Amino acid sequence: MKKLIFMFWCALLTLPFMGIRGAAYLFFGIAVSYGFYVALANMFGKIKKPDLPVNMKLLSTALIIFSFALPFLVRDYYTDVAILVCIYILLALGVNIVIGFTGLLHLGFAAFYGIGAYSNALLTTALGLDFWSALILTLILSSLAGFLLAFPSLRLRGDYLAIVTLGFGEIIRLVLNNWDSVTRGPNGISNIPSPVILGFEISSLKYYYYLVLLFMLSAAFIVKRVQRSRTGRAWLAIREDETAAEAMGINTRKYKFMALTFGAFWAGLAGALFASKMHFVSPESFTFMESVFVVCMIILGGLGSVPGVIFGSLILVLLPELLRDFQLYRMLALGAGLVLMMIFRPDGLIRSRQ
Amino acid sequence: MILEVRELTKAFGGLKAIEEVNFKVRQGSIVSIIGPNGAGKTTLFNCLTGILPSTKGRILFEGKEITYWKPHAITAKGIARTFQNIRIFAAMTVLENVMIGQHSRSKEGLFTAVMGTTTFRKEEETIKSKAFEYLEFAGISGYADVLADNLPYGCQKRLEIARALATEPRLLLLDEPAAGMNPQETLELMELIRRIRGWGKTVIIIEHDMKVVMGISDWIIVLDHGVKIAEGTPNEIQNNPDVIEAYLGKEEVF
Amino acid sequence: MLTKGLPFYTILLPNLLKFNAMFFQQIINGLTVGGVYALIALGYTLVYGILELINFAHGEIYMIGAYLGIIFLGIFTAAGLTEYSLLLSLVLTFIMSTLVCSAYGFTVEKLAYKPLRNAPRLNPLISAIGVSIFLQNYVMLTQGATDKVFPHVIPVTIIEFSNVTMTTLQLFIIIVSLLLMAGLHLFIMKTKTGKAMRAVAQDKIMASLLGINIDRIISVTFIIGSGLAAVAGLMVAMYYGLVNYSIGYLVGIKAFTAAVLGGIGSVPGAMIGGLVLGLIESLGAGYLSSEYKDAYAFIILIIILLVKPTGLLGKSEGPRP
Ligand SMILES: Nc1ncnc2c1ncn2[C@@H]1O[C@H](COP(=O)(O)OP(=O)(O)O)[C@@H](O)[C@H]1O
Ligand SMILES: [Mg+2]
Repeated sequence: MKKLIFMFWCALLTLPFMGIRGAAYLFFGIAVSYGFYVALANMFGKIKKPDLPVNMKLLSTALIIFSFALPFLVRDYYTDVAILVCIYILLALGVNIVIGFTGLLHLGFAAFYGIGAYSNALLTTALGLDFWSALILTLILSSLAGFLLAFPSLRLRGDYLAIVTLGFGEIIRLVLNNWDSVTRGPNGISNIPSPVILGFEISSLKYYYYLVLLFMLSAAFIVKRVQRSRTGRAWLAIREDETAAEAMGINTRKYKFMALTFGAFWAGLAGALFASKMHFVSPESFTFMESVFVVCMIILGGLGSVPGVIFGSLILVLLPELLRDFQLYRMLALGAGLVLMMIFRPDGLIRSRQ
Repeated sequence: MILEVRELTKAFGGLKAIEEVNFKVRQGSIVSIIGPNGAGKTTLFNCLTGILPSTKGRILFEGKEITYWKPHAITAKGIARTFQNIRIFAAMTVLENVMIGQHSRSKEGLFTAVMGTTTFRKEEETIKSKAFEYLEFAGISGYADVLADNLPYGCQKRLEIARALATEPRLLLLDEPAAGMNPQETLELMELIRRIRGWGKTVIIIEHDMKVVMGISDWIIVLDHGVKIAEGTPNEIQNNPDVIEAYLGKEEVF
Repeated sequence: MLTKGLPFYTILLPNLLKFNAMFFQQIINGLTVGGVYALIALGYTLVYGILELINFAHGEIYMIGAYLGIIFLGIFTAAGLTEYSLLLSLVLTFIMSTLVCSAYGFTVEKLAYKPLRNAPRLNPLISAIGVSIFLQNYVMLTQGATDKVFPHVIPVTIIEFSNVTMTTLQLFIIIVSLLLMAGLHLFIMKTKTGKAMRAVAQDKIMASLLGINIDRIISVTFIIGSGLAAVAGLMVAMYYGLVNYSIGYLVGIKAFTAAVLGGIGSVPGAMIGGLVLGLIESLGAGYLSSEYKDAYAFIILIIILLVKPTGLLGKSEGPRP
């Protein structure tokens, strides 16, 4: 009864926005689906967290083989989506180093993504460099940005760090938006060339997919290796208890610098690949929402786990693409999903531990 | 003298948690610091390990001044500690916790890890096997792959000691190691501390359990309201009127 | 940007003559916006004082307040009330929007924050970000993505002295903001509930031992904060005449900056911080560069957090180190 009253109250709140009919539909909608949920839960007992019993090695081998065969199995449209998935995984891997491993809630990662994309765009169009030299410079530049922006962030903890990094992200976006003479402002930069390997231009979707896939797989491999090393353990210790980590001989400042620099490195790579895939960049792609979107990916998969990051990115890029009809409700669901995750499954959908 | 503390003072705003404290610790001894709650014992440890900056005074470790050093540098120099409220890395396994202790005794960085070089792999092997030895020493090697959070309380306290030992210190600071333990566990703990000293390490413990304090200490330092009110052998302390006065009506210890 | 070749006083002189009028004009604009920031900043500061939570969704509550104003005024106008008495219609609009908006704040707390009260510190923050995204898209879906126009029912009179102009609406906003701040101050200092709020902010365990119902105080805090945000939203809708589902984010961040500037957790701090931020922004837009107007708040926020995290009037502990 109390639940019913609460549902009625919520429906009542939406009255000014949705009108009488909308609110009534909403109320019955919630009530009926809640009824279904209760009935189902009673039938199947308490819903348990799936403890993936599968052999991870076998699964990942199968997935890798599948990902190589993908362009021959599906329409071009899905290859296009797969490229996007790979780019987001790269970005999420970088964010995961900072948030998932080291425990620094950074909300401005779109900035490093944007720096990567813009520096690739500018170096190839304005300076006429080829993709590969531009990429090397881009990676240096975005790592450097991560390193420099780490300075001021390191004195802050927890939610204050979150707000300051958000501020940095926004400032960078405002600069991209207003520094017309270099970034061409809101119009963005177009005609970014495709990469060329040995005189062969990688312009077709298929080839570009393989390029991005290779980058993504090596990134996952490298990040996983680092996670299992002395550096990765130090990051994890900082996340778990900074004071104790320091007392164990870990120079926490140094390792936070490393995490931010390394994270920005991958974000920069993702940005560069994004730019040469789209042949166009504009500040719109690097908003605060983009940062939040990536944070959602790593939370969904479980903070700090590399397979989790891949899983989360896959879901969050694929779902909206597959459910095109529900495009409008995508962000609504994302918001509600974040709240529900925090309440019911703060450790992610799959477990972060082996 | 492995440790020398001269006129050490730590103030929190107006409150002086420790004031003008002087003492020396002889190499290879077990020293206890006792005193009522709020006397400033934990604060003293925090200053010694650099977790809190001292307000005034000097700390000399093996003759070298370490007063304003960062905690990680002090650990690397050879002082390790445990915490009064257990501070293990809950989401890591027991073995990984102890491997963290080896941090300042190893050096491989990010690039060798990415490359997977032989030196990197060798070092990982060494860290792992050493960590395992410390677990065996502390008697919890059976739990190596358990998440530290799932460990029973007594074992978590042992894990903290094993982790501190893994930093290979010459001076070990234990903050109320016997708190919350039953008599059997306490006996085992005393045995463990004696074995640590047997390795040639110096141990300073903060402890309320007078059986432990009187049983294993070579030297006792008494703090009250941040001031050192007495120091001496267990025998001298037991008969010191100032000490009895400080404890009177606060805790039934003697 | 100095023009080459000319002695610099030839540029400075006309600017100096313009200086006074423009300066006072920017002060008035700054106070208007600053009053609004202050009202919203109070919501951040009250919640932070009690829950140590940065209520990220507070900007959205303000946006909802602005929409509610337009919706209710529309309803009253359609019912003929506005024609009958503009004043009555406006007063009712204010009351209804404030009430409904407070209900939103209350419900958000119950649904999204209360279950997380003992969770790690970052979880409620992430949940708040979720609420913010949800509310933004909820309003976009139900009210459309295009700008909403505030009904043109209020006659605007311009008060002018020498070169400086001020609209009656600006005067109204400044006065209402100041009155509400004074009212809140009295409420917190004098009433029993206000005193209980202060006790909970000081020490939750102690307060509950004294028999204070913590849940109720938290609810009251959200209700008051959301009510103030609703008034702010409504006044902004009147001032700019346009409302959009995305206005909450930026204003929210700015108001949060104001709260941090004044010292988060401090009620007088939020008031002063809001006014100061409004002034800085409009003076900066007038004299430095209006393109980077939105960046000032972020820059101030970062500088304050790094240099003096306790803010202008903050309690000595401030945010945790
Ligand atoms: N970080 C701190 N900030 C402020 N006061 C502190 C801090 N740490 C300890 N104190 C104060 O210093 C005094 C000594 O505390 P502590 O060293 O923990 O005592 P003990 O370990 O002997 O019980 C107490 O009054 C305590 O409140
Ligand atoms: Mg203590």
